[in-house]
Amino acid sequence: MMRGLLAAAGLVALWQGFVWLTEVPPFLLPSPGRVAQALAARWDSIAGHALVTGIEMLAGLALGALLGAAMALTLTAWRGGRRWLLPLLLVSQAIPVFAIAPLLTLWFGFGMASKVAMATLIIFFPVATAFYDGLRRTEPGWIDLAQTMGASGAATLWRLRVPAALPALASGLRVAAAVAPIGAVVGEWVGASAGLGYLMLHANGRSQTDVMFAALFVLALMALALWFTVDRLLRRAIPWQPDSLLSGRDP
Amino acid sequence: MPAKGTVSVQSAPAPGFRIELPQGFGFGATPVLAPLSLEVAAGRITALLGASGSGKSTLLRLAAGLISGGTVQASDGQALRGRVAWMAQQDLLVPWRDALGNVMLGMHLRGERPDAARARTLLAEVGLAEADAAKSPAQLSGGMRQRVALARTLMEDRPVVLMDEPFSAVDAPTRHRLQELAARLLAGRTVLLVTHDPLEALRLADRIFVLTGSPAAPVALGVPAGAPPRPARDPALLAAQAELLERLAAA
Repeated sequence: MMRGLLAAAGLVALWQGFVWLTEVPPFLLPSPGRVAQALAARWDSIAGHALVTGIEMLAGLALGALLGAAMALTLTAWRGGRRWLLPLLLVSQAIPVFAIAPLLTLWFGFGMASKVAMATLIIFFPVATAFYDGLRRTEPGWIDLAQTMGASGAATLWRLRVPAALPALASGLRVAAAVAPIGAVVGEWVGASAGLGYLMLHANGRSQTDVMFAALFVLALMALALWFTVDRLLRRAIPWQPDSLLSGRDP
Repeated sequence: MPAKGTVSVQSAPAPGFRIELPQGFGFGATPVLAPLSLEVAAGRITALLGASGSGKSTLLRLAAGLISGGTVQASDGQALRGRVAWMAQQDLLVPWRDALGNVMLGMHLRGERPDAARARTLLAEVGLAEADAAKSPAQLSGGMRQRVALARTLMEDRPVVLMDEPFSAVDAPTRHRLQELAARLLAGRTVLLVTHDPLEALRLADRIFVLTGSPAAPVALGVPAGAPPRPARDPALLAAQAELLERLAAA
């Protein structure tokens, strides 16, 4: 944490030094001070747009995680459906979100729904693949044990394979938390009337580069906060996952 | 020797069983086991020895119903399925349940009411302290984990117990103690014990078979006098161990 703050401070110092030395015009690269001023002056408007983007990110994360986990469970439990659903899963990732963003805006409108759909789409894939992978890789000895214990297929899935795959699901959710802002902001760029992405595009059009940087700064903070919160929650919920075990043993 | 306490004594008299492989058994085109018939005596410990790859684990998995091919007949004419408990080389404890929860895994998987009192008694019988019941597998040593696995096997209360090198992953003194414990607690059950340790077989078994040849077939061997667990310093046992070791090395 301390190291992260120091690195950030170093970066800001470098940035300030660069602006001083090169005397680059503020519409190309504003100094950190100007960005801070813009942030303070436009705080009400930026906070409002940040709230919109934050809701889109969280809703997309919840929906994408839910659909992704459901997809992984369906692929695992329904042998016959695998050959139909697996290509669908791949297609969902093969098409770049940028390409279908205009389409989603057309279908779901300029409001939040199209951005949530975009974030959901981008989150769905890492969650589904990571969880499905975990479900497929249950320790074979556990399956043997469950079989000799007389466990039904459903009980083996829900009480053995799902808990065993939770650490894999957690890695998927971490990736999802990291890409959630991308989905929301891309959606806002394509067509929106609110959100940090919209604000950045708007400020860019008027050469208000300092406002653009201020919005970017808030977006980065939100992305970091989301990732660390998700990571914290996952560690607490799944205390047996291997990496937390290792970090617990390290001096 | 009857087991101390009442908890680990099984309710029904243990049947013997016979594994028959009229066509032998192989993986793909490679024959592993020759056509054979193996008689496992009721209420006794039968040890199955053999070099790596001789098919001893395959034979055990056939008996457990984990792979198909061949027939398994119980001496009382009923199916063996559902009357078998399985103990493997790895402890197979699930990391998300504590020691007590692992002992009750079978009940959990079958959706039965967990009998925590019995599980606690069994944990005490295999030599774990009361405080260990709430520990996670990661907090237990390898020997303690294997004790929990033994308690889980006894918790199933099945007349037939199939063990696949159950103590090979622990150090020699721990193995020695676990062998005595197992011989005491498994008394009266029909046990098929796969091992690559001649000493283990000679200490614990009432009957010994060595898988010899390629494809392999079981050859019966004599066991030293006395009831298991036999003391490891018995000169007759040590001589038999040397002979058995040479026999295994020659095969």
